Amino acid sequence: MGKSVLVIEDEPNISEAISFILSRDGWHVATHSNGVDAVEAVRARRPDLVILDVMLPGRSGYDILRELRAGPETGGLPVLMLTARGQPKDRALAEEIGASRFMTKPFSNAEVLEAVNALIRP
Amino acid sequence: MARTLTGSRIRDRRTMRGMRQADLARRAGISASYLNLIEHNKRRIGGSLLLSIAAALDVEPSALSEGAEAALLATLRQAAADRAEAAAELTQVEDFVGRFPGWAQLLSSQQRRLGALEQAVEALTDRLAHDPHIAASMHEVLSTVTAIHASAEILVAEPKLEPEWRARFHRNISEDSARLAEGARRLVDEIEAGGQRDATLSSPQDEVEAFLSDHDFHIPALEADPGAVDALLSEAGTRLASASARLIARRFLDLYAQDARALPLQAVAEVIPEGPTRLDPAQLAARFGVDPGRMMRRLATLPGAVLADRGQPPLGLVACDASGTLTFRKPLAPFPLPRVGAACPLWPLFQALSRPMMPLRQVIRLAGRSEGVFLTHAIAQPYGPQVPNREPMFEAHMLIQPIRTDPALDPAQADLPRVGVTCRICPKAGCRGRREPSIMAEAI
Repeated sequence: MGKSVLVIEDEPNISEAISFILSRDGWHVATHSNGVDAVEAVRARRPDLVILDVMLPGRSGYDILRELRAGPETGGLPVLMLTARGQPKDRALAEEIGASRFMTKPFSNAEVLEAVNALIRP
Repeated sequence: MARTLTGSRIRDRRTMRGMRQADLARRAGISASYLNLIEHNKRRIGGSLLLSIAAALDVEPSALSEGAEAALLATLRQAAADRAEAAAELTQVEDFVGRFPGWAQLLSSQQRRLGALEQAVEALTDRLAHDPHIAASMHEVLSTVTAIHASAEILVAEPKLEPEWRARFHRNISEDSARLAEGARRLVDEIEAGGQRDATLSSPQDEVEAFLSDHDFHIPALEADPGAVDALLSEAGTRLASASARLIARRFLDLYAQDARALPLQAVAEVIPEGPTRLDPAQLAARFGVDPGRMMRRLATLPGAVLADRGQPPLGLVACDASGTLTFRKPLAPFPLPRVGAACPLWPLFQALSRPMMPLRQVIRLAGRSEGVFLTHAIAQPYGPQVPNREPMFEAHMLIQPIRTDPALDPAQADLPRVGVTCRICPKAGCRGRREPSIMAEAI
């Protein structure tokens, strides 16, 4: 039984490509496309890992991560953050809030695979 | 050339005392027509004549000369604060302004220009952070590139991909590449437009303020014809160079035209009471059935002569939105308003924001060497359409009027709230509103 990942990303085609390569790698993939109820989605699906975009409609990825880190069940959940802005202050903010890993768009599929597998084996 | 406004100060003081021009001229030993020229700032005045006029008006000579230069002094003090290492002789700044008015003006205009340039450089250095359009276009481009990159990699890395998946990723790439082309074109447009937007380096607010000062904040053309806005804007030409300045000016002129229609000049002039202490904008507003903010704007844009006829000193006005950002400024020579950076949190303007709809009338003292006393009226009120279940937007107005008080006759003056212009150049010691250290440490 493979491990599960929840991809929270509002670009459907990015979401689709990531889902595809992760499924081929043996992951159970679910996707979610808005920020407002992202935390509820994580609590409901209880994934082993979350891929979280920073710029989401409705709510920022940073806010979502803060709430996840504050929750007892999700406090230690591995979270890979994706952003289109790779400035040092964005990275610093992500680290401060407790992102497990931080990746700047555009990234390659191999990088995503390497990152999620480093965080947790499928 | 340095523009002296001592004449306006003399006129204000004279009208405040209810003295006729001829009487003052006789006491000062000059002709009434010469005094008239002085009062309209057409003749410069200094030395013994200033002393005898001050004596005739029973005021300190510095009250006549200092007020005129308060804005200049404030700018020079700020300049000294910004470059503390130059060790400018702060204690002699009045001396400097008095002896070299032209150089002082030059230094002050360069200080302002520096401020504007610094803002422009900061905005240009980090366009992504300062220009939301560029940031949005950039984000769009990066997202689309990411999607294309990911889909293309799959097509290359998986030679045995099922035809349905293959078709799907091809379609995604095609869609995304069309979006990318569009996004890239928009990004280029934004960058080019940004270059044009930054062509002028003074802030749009400064341009509008200069434009309105040219008109002394009173626009006769709009009194009769609300449609004159377009003509006024086109006449302004390069005085309003940037698109933002034209937009801000248009908004102000449209509002002016509405104010003028709701509050006809003649009707307002007739009900202005005698003397500053009886002037009550909230009550006047109720009389005309308008909101107090509108009445304050109208009062502040009346012709100076209408106010002077009723013994009313000139009126300054400042407005701010809920963030405290000054959205309108009509400065007075003795009450300069900060150009860059934030104002003093002790202003009744900001107190009004925490007590919406409550008209505040306060007499304040401006901390500084001249310690001028001002009567202020402030109110915060909602603006824009009010929609059920939506928080209204608030704005505050504050009317500022210099008043004459005699400390000997009014011992309560020492207890008046003391406010500043802006923190760095305010000498008030132990101030509860202090944000940053002052360069004007006050000896206690």
